[in-house]
Amino acid sequence: MYVYDEIDQKLVDERVAQFRDQTRRFLAGKLSDDEFRALRLRNGLYIQRYAPMLRIAIPYGLLSTRQLRKLAHIARKFDRGYGHFSTRQNLQLNWPRLPQVPDILAELATVQMHAIQTSGNSFRNITTDHFAGVAQDEIVDSFVWCEVLRQWSTFHPEFSYLPRKFKFAVNGAKSDRAAVAVHDIGLHAVRDEKGEIGFKVLVGGGLGRTPVIGFVIREFLPWQHLLSYCEAILRVYNRYGRRDNIHKARIKILVKERGPERFREEVEAEWKHLKDGPSTLIPEEIARIESRFTRPAYLPLPATDAGLATALASDKAFANWHARNVHPHKKPGYAAVTLSLKKTGVPPGDVTAEQMERIADLADRYSFGELRVSHEQNLIFADVQLSDLHSLWGEIRALGFATPNIGLLTNIICCPGGDFCSLANAKSIPVAEAIQQRFDDLDYLHDIGEIDVNISGCMNACGHHHVGHIGILGVDKNGEEWYQIEVGGNQGEVRPGVGASLGKVIGPSFARAEIPDVIEKLIECYLARRDSDAERFIDVVHRVGVEPFKESVYGNADQRAAHRRGHLASA
Amino acid sequence: MATLIKERRIVADTWRLLSRGPKGELPEAPARGDVIVPLALWLANRESFLAYPGKLGVWLDASEGPEAIAGDLQRFALIAVNFPKFGDGRGYSIARLLRERYGYRGELRAIGDVLHDHLHFMKQCGFDAFSLRDDQDAQEALSALDTFSDGYQTSVLRPVPLFRRRLAAGKP
Repeated sequence: MYVYDEIDQKLVDERVAQFRDQTRRFLAGKLSDDEFRALRLRNGLYIQRYAPMLRIAIPYGLLSTRQLRKLAHIARKFDRGYGHFSTRQNLQLNWPRLPQVPDILAELATVQMHAIQTSGNSFRNITTDHFAGVAQDEIVDSFVWCEVLRQWSTFHPEFSYLPRKFKFAVNGAKSDRAAVAVHDIGLHAVRDEKGEIGFKVLVGGGLGRTPVIGFVIREFLPWQHLLSYCEAILRVYNRYGRRDNIHKARIKILVKERGPERFREEVEAEWKHLKDGPSTLIPEEIARIESRFTRPAYLPLPATDAGLATALASDKAFANWHARNVHPHKKPGYAAVTLSLKKTGVPPGDVTAEQMERIADLADRYSFGELRVSHEQNLIFADVQLSDLHSLWGEIRALGFATPNIGLLTNIICCPGGDFCSLANAKSIPVAEAIQQRFDDLDYLHDIGEIDVNISGCMNACGHHHVGHIGILGVDKNGEEWYQIEVGGNQGEVRPGVGASLGKVIGPSFARAEIPDVIEKLIECYLARRDSDAERFIDVVHRVGVEPFKESVYGNADQRAAHRRGHLASA
Repeated sequence: MATLIKERRIVADTWRLLSRGPKGELPEAPARGDVIVPLALWLANRESFLAYPGKLGVWLDASEGPEAIAGDLQRFALIAVNFPKFGDGRGYSIARLLRERYGYRGELRAIGDVLHDHLHFMKQCGFDAFSLRDDQDAQEALSALDTFSDGYQTSVLRPVPLFRRRLAAGKP
């Protein structure tokens, strides 16, 4: 954890006081709905279909157990006793009452938490690799750089009223587990030939209704210039980004309309004035931020553990879980563990207050009192001793978090959808559940191998359907819920070979009940075409193209025409 | 008339703001008095304004850049920046550019949809006068100037970012 100093704390406390006053003025009729809306969104507060929704920031997904216990307390005291971990590594509560929200924020501030800028047209929570700091392929600890950016982007006086929301992602490892190509700014740490740290800077990527892969505006930005360069990008965006149409207001549209080269020239021209100015980062500041992070007191351990080897050999269920949910660690004798929040029948990402407390107890005992939220809506214990894995597995299995499906088909990314969200065109959670029920055979799941299935209930794409290997999008047709299927999306170069890509719609949409069949056909098509177990679904799509998958679902051209007629008749 | 906050006090406004007409047409060039004219009026009458008898101010709309007056800043006793809607943040960049890049030192006034909750950031970006929207409670709004006691970034009021000030203060 980054531990606040007195100034960090004071700013968060002052934010609570500010929002308390804004809420008071709103309730007293001194602020219009429209004006209060802009202010409450900056504190993560939405008015939803049934009640407000409060989105609490978990900066770059890192949580201490003290914070998690506080979240459990808040969920119980102010809400219905549970929370929802989102794809932006935040926690959402669904039933807080407006007059109590300032009190919730005050409670959060006591554990160095807040809901600052979790919505609204400003910088949002910065996301990163959930294995930051422990990954074997680490280039830098991305948490440090996320914190540098968190501070810079919090209450930025010039950039607090941007044309639209603005999302950073930072990746500090060789593999891209942060999806940097689909963010407004993506930063990928690199080292030059002298070993100096810098960032490859991507800009203008994003999902939503206009999905775009970001373009590389700079191959190598020396770390000292990180803030001044971002200032230059943001100033160009703040001045020239479109404000006439909310759907064309993201930076990706500005980059597209200007053309990437002209956009780059404008940024460079602006940067000339800012480069080497007071925002230039200094080694002392990086060292200060590094030193304010709590660090696990690792024990010197051997790289293997005999007890673990025995348990793996004798316990099939444990071995299955180990194969999927345990990940390599840069320190010998340690591993990172994913607690799956994707058990069939439970909305993805949902956790009760009691579960939060039990998880906090376990993280204290097994993982130095810290945990992470992944953008796949799971929880990570990053620092578990190999010798503890078997007993930890027993404990989390009892809690229902040991579904051995990380990376597999049932580890579905899913937005809250029409059950909760006023923007949604269609429900998404029941779709995830139906797929999970269809693919309930673990051996089959393992045979299918790694695949990302992502579901969004509307084109705002909170479920990241464009970058699912299979993406499912809820659409509204004459008041009915239909689902469009995309194939071939990829969040980034998680494994070498296939970079970030956007899925392609394979054809007319389906009724909800048809979705498990469609997924099954796509999977059969893949299995028939893969050249080995090592070739993933996405690899096959990139090798053979989308056409065979289309055919597997709709048949050949004649059959497709019949399918369309059938749908027209029923519509 | 809108309430003016200047130098942390509620003061009477001695300036006359000339707006465009309902169809966007420019007003007549004024003959006397302290006036704030639209940028286009200034650009169209630049030469004749050189002999203007009163104090002259100019106002920029959010879509207009400070570049247009960068060479003429000494001509103006006041520059105003219009916020057409409170959520339109272009004026913050315009203000910083005027102060930091072009070195403008005179009165910099926020006009238009200027609300209580935006004063703090406006102040940080270099505004020193705030022409509040009519319905705002000016007395309450004064307190908003000091919402936050510090800030991480560089700004006009705090040109040295917090991380350099922390280091100078020897805070680990």
